[in-house]
Amino acid sequence: MADDAYKPRASHDPVAEARYERRAFVVMMALFLVAPMVVYPVFVMKALCFALFACAFNLLIGFGGLLSFGHAMFLGAAGYVSAHAAKEWGLPPEIAILAGTAASTVLGVLTGLLAIRRQGIYFAMITLALAQLVFFLAVQAPFTHGEDGIQAVPRGKALGLFDLSSPYVMYYFVLATFTAGFLLIYRIIHSPFGQVLKAIRENEPRAISLGYRTERYKLAAFVLSAGLAGLAGATKAIVFQLASLTDVHWSMSGEVVLMTLVGGLGTIFGPVVGAFAIITMENYLAELGSWFTITQGAIFVVCVLAFRRGIMGELEAWLRRRRIG
Amino acid sequence: MGEIFGVPTQVLFGQLLIGLINGSFYAMLSLGLAVIFGLLNIINFTHGAQYMMGAFAAYFLLNKLGLNYWWSLALAPIAVGATGVVVERLMLSRLYKLDHLYGLLLTFGLALVIQGVFRNEFGSTGLPYPMPSQLAGAKNLGFMFLPNYRAWVIVASLLVCTATWFVIERTKLGAYLRAATENPAMVQAFGVNVPRMITLTYGFGVALAGFAGVMAAPIYQVNPLMGADIIIVVFAVVVIGGMGSIMGAILTGFGLGVVEGLTKVFYPEATNTVIFVIMGIVLLIRPQGLFGSR
Repeated sequence: MADDAYKPRASHDPVAEARYERRAFVVMMALFLVAPMVVYPVFVMKALCFALFACAFNLLIGFGGLLSFGHAMFLGAAGYVSAHAAKEWGLPPEIAILAGTAASTVLGVLTGLLAIRRQGIYFAMITLALAQLVFFLAVQAPFTHGEDGIQAVPRGKALGLFDLSSPYVMYYFVLATFTAGFLLIYRIIHSPFGQVLKAIRENEPRAISLGYRTERYKLAAFVLSAGLAGLAGATKAIVFQLASLTDVHWSMSGEVVLMTLVGGLGTIFGPVVGAFAIITMENYLAELGSWFTITQGAIFVVCVLAFRRGIMGELEAWLRRRRIG
Repeated sequence: MGEIFGVPTQVLFGQLLIGLINGSFYAMLSLGLAVIFGLLNIINFTHGAQYMMGAFAAYFLLNKLGLNYWWSLALAPIAVGATGVVVERLMLSRLYKLDHLYGLLLTFGLALVIQGVFRNEFGSTGLPYPMPSQLAGAKNLGFMFLPNYRAWVIVASLLVCTATWFVIERTKLGAYLRAATENPAMVQAFGVNVPRMITLTYGFGVALAGFAGVMAAPIYQVNPLMGADIIIVVFAVVVIGGMGSIMGAILTGFGLGVVEGLTKVFYPEATNTVIFVIMGIVLLIRPQGLFGSR
């Protein structure tokens, strides 16, 4: 079973599975609702943005079987567009975020059409190379302001009502965005479309022989994942009032892979747990400079060698054993 | 002084030369990746870090042991290749039964660790490595000055690439290797120690990266991050060429280096991006790569 740990196990008891997912969702939402009273809100907002980013990434690898090593391009491009829209065009934050999401969706269509022409390892290399192309474009394009990035982006008023300059209002706005994205991903996974995706991941020739245009399904999954990653990036740019090269760099693409791997590839809640784990770690190790990179790399190695199911994968396996035993 | 398409020939040939130099490194690195991929079915993300380790090995050999460039050229690849053997034995060998993507993730993590450790020790400014005295100076070819070291890099890279091609395509050892790529279980049944062959192949691919690192040390500075960006370009080169053929990897490497050099002359803004754009076009027209087979 560990052989293909990133593939979620077929559930033997869909009713119990759905009950577990509902309960876990309620617990998660309860924690997020009270979190800003306990923890510094900016920290949780950052983690929520990355959690959505990781969930979007996981949609592609966990349920489509496609490992993208270039997801930073969607996070970063959407961040630039939404920051530019909010600052230079003076658009309200929700419209700026939608503009960023739309931009990353378009980018997803363009890159997806190229990337899905190859599979497996080639797919990872192609997405990485395309993301590097986007990185160099971001370095050179005038509107991104190169090394400086787009700074002092106004947060503005969401829907003309909620003043996002207050950290608490901003927090619940981010939470609402995250929840909408999370539920959309949940819905996609459990829809007939999601089932076809799983079928393609398990056995593509067979899915083709059943009459599915697998290319189209893969492209759709790629575009959805890109758009949702963009939603995370656009929101992040408004929260931190900054869009910079960090978010388009390849190390960011690696970071989201790490978050998802740590939390559990192909699990529903794993990416959220992984994002919080990595962001917390980053918080403590940030001042140590390159030690953070070393730690990240070491976690990669350990996870691949000994912990392929990730935190939630192990937890779910344990719950399942207990239910059977 | 003549001009071609409004560009002074001196500039044109200068950039062509730089393109050929870069192409030499693309060729050596993508060759190593192709050799490793052929037998292990993994993409070695650590390749860039191992290239950097080759340059550092040359630096240490010179400054700690007083061994010059020529010694480094022989010893550094062996040292770096030995670390590759250790990595393969301890880690990669545990992953062969899994999805190939895990190999990519593991080697990516290793690259982060290695680059982080070197940056911790040596900062990110880069250390100088002197040109070997035998190759200092330049030749006047009439239309341009050709620095001797750069000519040497191109010649040495061609030699190494051709030798690798010869060993794999024309010798008995290479025949074993190609057979093991096709069907490892069958080759094992004939009494060939396939696991050891895999280990040595990985070590050889890594040693090639180390060799490229030594060659790069006098041109570029010895820098902990020197392999981080080049490896992504080399991935694009590999996608363009397709990993099916050894000669394909070599030709694509040199060819794209030249294209990059020419881009610098005619449209400098696109120098960093041209290889990725070519990759996109190749994917549209011939997804399996120029020399790849389905």
